[in-house]
Amino acid sequence: MVRTLLVRGLLLGLLAGLIAGAFAFAFGEPRVEGAIALEHATGAHHDHGEEALVSRPVQRAGLFLATGLYGLAVGGIFALVYAALRGRVGPRSDGGLALAAAGAAFAAVILVPFLKYPANPPAVGDPGTINGRTLLYVVMIAVGLAATAIAVVTARHVTAGPWARWGAAVTAFLVPVVAAWWLLPAIDEVPDGFPATLLWEFRLASLGTQAVFWTALGVLFGWASERAARRSAATS
Amino acid sequence: MSGLSTPSAIPLFRLRLWLLAVPVLLLVAYLVLMDNGAVSQMGAYLHELMHDGRHLLGVPCH
Repeated sequence: MVRTLLVRGLLLGLLAGLIAGAFAFAFGEPRVEGAIALEHATGAHHDHGEEALVSRPVQRAGLFLATGLYGLAVGGIFALVYAALRGRVGPRSDGGLALAAAGAAFAAVILVPFLKYPANPPAVGDPGTINGRTLLYVVMIAVGLAATAIAVVTARHVTAGPWARWGAAVTAFLVPVVAAWWLLPAIDEVPDGFPATLLWEFRLASLGTQAVFWTALGVLFGWASERAARRSAATS
Repeated sequence: MSGLSTPSAIPLFRLRLWLLAVPVLLLVAYLVLMDNGAVSQMGAYLHELMHDGRHLLGVPCH
């Protein structure tokens, strides 16, 4: 049972990662290229291209390797969390649980950190502060996950109907998240004169890539789980 | 046709062993998203290879 779910999560996660990679290739790569061109024009601080360890065409192909491996790993973890939640927390139907879990994960792990520390294209960000920035990003992910857990526990204690339950859950989620947004240090390393339109379009493409990934993972995993449930119901 | 069967919870003792996969999967995600060449040349190469994916998946990158 758990093995089936894990294999399903790994394979569909890989597929969702490749779908997200296709989206990123179509909508994100032009912005990455634009930022790198600017970086070269203004005196690069980071090597891309001929003298670099990996050439640009290989880096563009590496996009699919990155999103595919990311999808594989995240899909596996998603499946194990799903296995633990199933029949305990969340919607009773298999498909409903997959969609709800994917939606909650997108909010907690992607949206919460993104709104505080949005994605940056090449040429934005000081290489000297990468470790600090990565740590703060991981802290925001932890805050998002903790807030989701608090929201679920709160919702289970409210029995006064769906409006009260959802209201309590959303409030319980937002209080720690907004507190973290407010308390943690801001990062602004956008160089002077970096085009605002390019930055906005890159960030939109980045958020879109994650939205495509989590939508694909939730829908594919939910669909496969519903189908498996129907089959086992038909044979028993 | 959905919700034909109310899913029953998987007993925790059945889950425990599989949860060992989580650290392995987290390590893969870490290598893709956050390793900054700390693991010598290999890490640096992986970093550059998956450079565009990192940027577009939204994690901090150099």
